[in-house]
Amino acid sequence: MKARSLVPILYILFLMLPIYWLVAMSFKTTNEILGGFSLFPQVWTLDNYRVIFTDPTWYWGYFNSISYVTLNTVISLAAALPAAYAFSRYSFMGDKHLFFWLLTNRMAPVAVFALPFFQLYSAVGLFDTYLAVALAHCLFNIPLAVWILEGFMSGIPKELDETAFVDGYSFPRFFTTIFVPTIKAGIGVTAFFLFMFSWVELLLAKTLTAVYAKPIAAVMTRTASSAGYELGLLAAAGVLTIIPGAIVIYFVRNYIAKGFALGRV
Amino acid sequence: MKTQNQRGWLFVLPVLILVAFNALVPLMTVVNYSVQETFGDNLFFWHGLGWFEDVLRSERFHAALGRQVLFTATILIIEVPLGVAIALTMPRKGFWVPVCLVLMSLPLLIPWNVVGAMWNIFTLPDIGLLGYFLNNVVGIDYNMTQSPLAAWVTVIVMDVWHWTSLVVLLAYAGLISIPDAYYQAAKIDAASGWAVFRHIQLPKMKRVLTIAILLRFMDSFNIYTEPFVLTGGGPGNSTTFLSIDLVKVALGQFDLGPAAAMSLIYFAFTLLVSWLFYTIMTRDEQ
Repeated sequence: MKARSLVPILYILFLMLPIYWLVAMSFKTTNEILGGFSLFPQVWTLDNYRVIFTDPTWYWGYFNSISYVTLNTVISLAAALPAAYAFSRYSFMGDKHLFFWLLTNRMAPVAVFALPFFQLYSAVGLFDTYLAVALAHCLFNIPLAVWILEGFMSGIPKELDETAFVDGYSFPRFFTTIFVPTIKAGIGVTAFFLFMFSWVELLLAKTLTAVYAKPIAAVMTRTASSAGYELGLLAAAGVLTIIPGAIVIYFVRNYIAKGFALGRV
Repeated sequence: MKTQNQRGWLFVLPVLILVAFNALVPLMTVVNYSVQETFGDNLFFWHGLGWFEDVLRSERFHAALGRQVLFTATILIIEVPLGVAIALTMPRKGFWVPVCLVLMSLPLLIPWNVVGAMWNIFTLPDIGLLGYFLNNVVGIDYNMTQSPLAAWVTVIVMDVWHWTSLVVLLAYAGLISIPDAYYQAAKIDAASGWAVFRHIQLPKMKRVLTIAILLRFMDSFNIYTEPFVLTGGGPGNSTTFLSIDLVKVALGQFDLGPAAAMSLIYFAFTLLVSWLFYTIMTRDEQ
């Protein structure tokens, strides 16, 4: 083993410590947690998890989060694909300004918009639906998707398009049967980022929901504060919010490395 | 060379509609609030630029802005070089690559309030792993709820924990796109490790690093959830960053006018810095 591999190992160790603590906490009883410091759970208990899996408020929270995140990823990708193509292939009036304007929305402090968002989505009657959160998250996810996809598409030579058109492909057929498969690694990486930013965002998701579409992370804060100091339950819920992310990373693990290299990035 | 084609507008139309709906309506609402005074009951009066003058003169805003700039500068100075260093030492092929990538990406996919809650549990002085270790093994008097310094260090370490992986991932992607031939040529020229880094690796990483720095700047400047859950902005006001202060004014005191004016100044500042950075970094591409 070389000395240089020490850096990543130490870094990963640093990353794992707080996660380990969360996992250890989730298997402890409340008495043990409040009773004092222990490195490992003395008495292993699944009670914290049992509470979550038997209480509809908790497990619906998961379902809600996954629903709006998936919806957002689909909407963002569908809208961003043609736009990114236009930015990478055509020059049209105001394209550079438009591109920067899109990026500015990625910069908008979400806290600024919380109240206006509530008023807007209440006014159009979407308050407390998956669609409301999915659409609201488009604010920062679509600019990101356009940005990343444009990088990938610019890495594909224009000759690909021209050859296809000479061969008599119509534009929609070329786009769906040739172009999209060519950049599927790029789409994978983009989907990963979209999922990530929508899954972790909470302020808007919490503002735009009340009962039916409330995300898991919001259920967590409310339950934890109303039921007193239930650290074990809080930890178990936290552990469960890490799992969907871990699954997504596992699926795109090869795309992350290969995918970025393929694009212009 | 790109084709001149106005069909581009047709392609960007869906994006334009979706983003404009989310961006313009709330932004106009904020602008609307920022120039009016209200005494409740939905009665609004024209207040001109009064709120903007008040905010720009207020000590409280200066202090929050100062803390915000200090925080963002600190985490950029730590995360960018650290991320590049880790990416340079990561394995390039083999079994360990996906293992590293998956483990390193984990913090990025944890909801932000869970990150805050997790660090809260981790740093509790009596029963948290780090808190207990610092207080009882190292012997430092560490308590985040009392010492502003401890709160600051914790918030920064938390951000480094949370976001360095983003820089690592992007830098790593830039690194593995360098063909082996470049390294062989460097070897023939007997180039030093530093020369390889300076003239081969760094230029190849430039675009990804631009993305990484821009993303980190924007997101750290807008940071709200993690420090709010971890410290609640305290002790005192010591970790009350701009967004936290803003939400306090807007939702806590319901002073919509000053909050809206503050939002716009804040947004304009982020915009200006990002635009300057974006222009400078992409200048040689033109």
